[in-house]
Amino acid sequence: MNTALLIFSTITLAGAAAAMTLRNLIHCALAGAVAFLGLAGLFLGLGAEFVAFGQVLVYVGAVAILIVIAVLLTRPARVAGESPRVEPWLPGVGIGVLVTGALVAMVKASLVARSPEAVSSPAAPVKAIGEQLMTTYVLPLEVLGLLLTAALIGAVLLALRDPGEARRP
Amino acid sequence: MFELFDQLFVNLKHAVVGALPEGWQVLASPLISAAAILGVFASLFALTVLVERKGLGRIQNRPGPNRVGPAGLLQPLADFIKALTKEDIVPVSADKVLHFLAPVVMLAPVLLAYAVLPFGRNMVAVDFDAGLLFFFAAGACVELAVFMAGWSSHNKFSLLGAMRAIAQMISYELPLILATLGVVMLVGSLSLVDIVASQAGHHWGWLARWWVFTPWGLAAFVIFLIAATAESNRAPFDLPEGEAELVAGHLVEYSGFKYAIFFIAEYLGLFAVSALAITLFLGGWHAPVAALDWLPSWFWFGAKLAGFIVFFIWVRGTLPRVRVDHLMGFAWKFLLPLVLWNLVVAAVWWYSRGWAFAGAGILRWVGCAAMILIPYSLLGRALYTRHGLGPRTYRLAA
Repeated sequence: MNTALLIFSTITLAGAAAAMTLRNLIHCALAGAVAFLGLAGLFLGLGAEFVAFGQVLVYVGAVAILIVIAVLLTRPARVAGESPRVEPWLPGVGIGVLVTGALVAMVKASLVARSPEAVSSPAAPVKAIGEQLMTTYVLPLEVLGLLLTAALIGAVLLALRDPGEARRP
Repeated sequence: MFELFDQLFVNLKHAVVGALPEGWQVLASPLISAAAILGVFASLFALTVLVERKGLGRIQNRPGPNRVGPAGLLQPLADFIKALTKEDIVPVSADKVLHFLAPVVMLAPVLLAYAVLPFGRNMVAVDFDAGLLFFFAAGACVELAVFMAGWSSHNKFSLLGAMRAIAQMISYELPLILATLGVVMLVGSLSLVDIVASQAGHHWGWLARWWVFTPWGLAAFVIFLIAATAESNRAPFDLPEGEAELVAGHLVEYSGFKYAIFFIAEYLGLFAVSALAITLFLGGWHAPVAALDWLPSWFWFGAKLAGFIVFFIWVRGTLPRVRVDHLMGFAWKFLLPLVLWNLVVAAVWWYSRGWAFAGAGILRWVGCAAMILIPYSLLGRALYTRHGLGPRTYRLAA
């Protein structure tokens, strides 16, 4: 199990590092997809099947595709010259440290760090997740659904053709 | 005797694994399963190519391949040698690494998807609790491979073809997944083994209890079939490769064995999604009628899969290619509302299971069928009239 976790951690970190350092934006996006896959492997190694497959389905199947198409549609893929540089780098580093600190603090304060035995049941069955979603977490689920519907309607409205535009035969 | 044949391959694998030393068994068990899947479905691919060429030839009133071996039977072997020995051309301006990786990334997830499919009683490589989700997660990786192939070739036809393919795959993935949800709702499990097990037993003692025999199941099955055809880029939805417009879409710059790998991946994807249709709606490895239960489970699975393959070849030989705007409209305006409504019908079917008065079974069936057919007809007519289409009459030139 530890070997698998080691391999997937390496894949995730290497993918994330490549996504930040590569010159070509499309390569960066694809390296990001590799990192997503590595993360899914980590979830699988921890026994969270549903989360792992959901991660691949959503992030590799949809988000990565969205990113590459957005890159293709907005700017030339081959950026000439040297790698992109963030000019005011001090705020960037500051934000990075803050986010990392907040994440570490949250993990340390979570149930996993305090009592690992309490959450050691390896595989959360899909049925249990579904029941929790439909009972305890039904309000957040509904709110998310409403938000996504609103986003969808907004996207459709943006994509609707203008009333003045001639209708094609 | 039945037990012997039914569990032949399972026992064979157990014997081989058991003969190995202790430390190797953990490794050998999945390796043998993977090797069996690879061997069987790669051979099936070779056979399918021959049947397809022969079948299309028959449909188009020509003999098809008939020169290599008796009645052309060795044609797949000749095709294979030709693909292997052909020159592998990589365009000068291509992104070499991605161009090389794209076929690999295309084939690997398709092969992974086979891991969760139950091919017979006790014949499944991995029984995941979320098996269905695993199948679709693996399928989602194919879109990225198509993009890699199209973009890395650095050719406008490639890129256009890849964009079309991705748009089509994303659009049809929705009805494909939503069509399976009815079954998931009623079974209460995402495990494909559980879904097959839920279709055991018989109506009136002879007809199998498959989901396709329910009204919502039949509708979901038809929608699933249409979406699956589009998802695997097969005719009549083979626009991404539309020869007349895009040369060969994202495959333009691929030659030799890389092209063959794309070809294999496409067919293996078709087999996988057919196998999923069998598992979800056609009872997996169960026999259709009780009287035929004496045939081994893997035979039934294979027979159904063969039926699907012949059906897809028939469709390819019969239907003309869909136009690109029709394609998108069909998925979003017609299939999606219908498949969502179908989930409601599945819920009605579930809640009416306790009806016990006289004629309840017939009323339940007819009622649910009407709940699907009336919206189907209304929606179809509404879209038809909006586009100014009506019934057409064609006349052959005299």
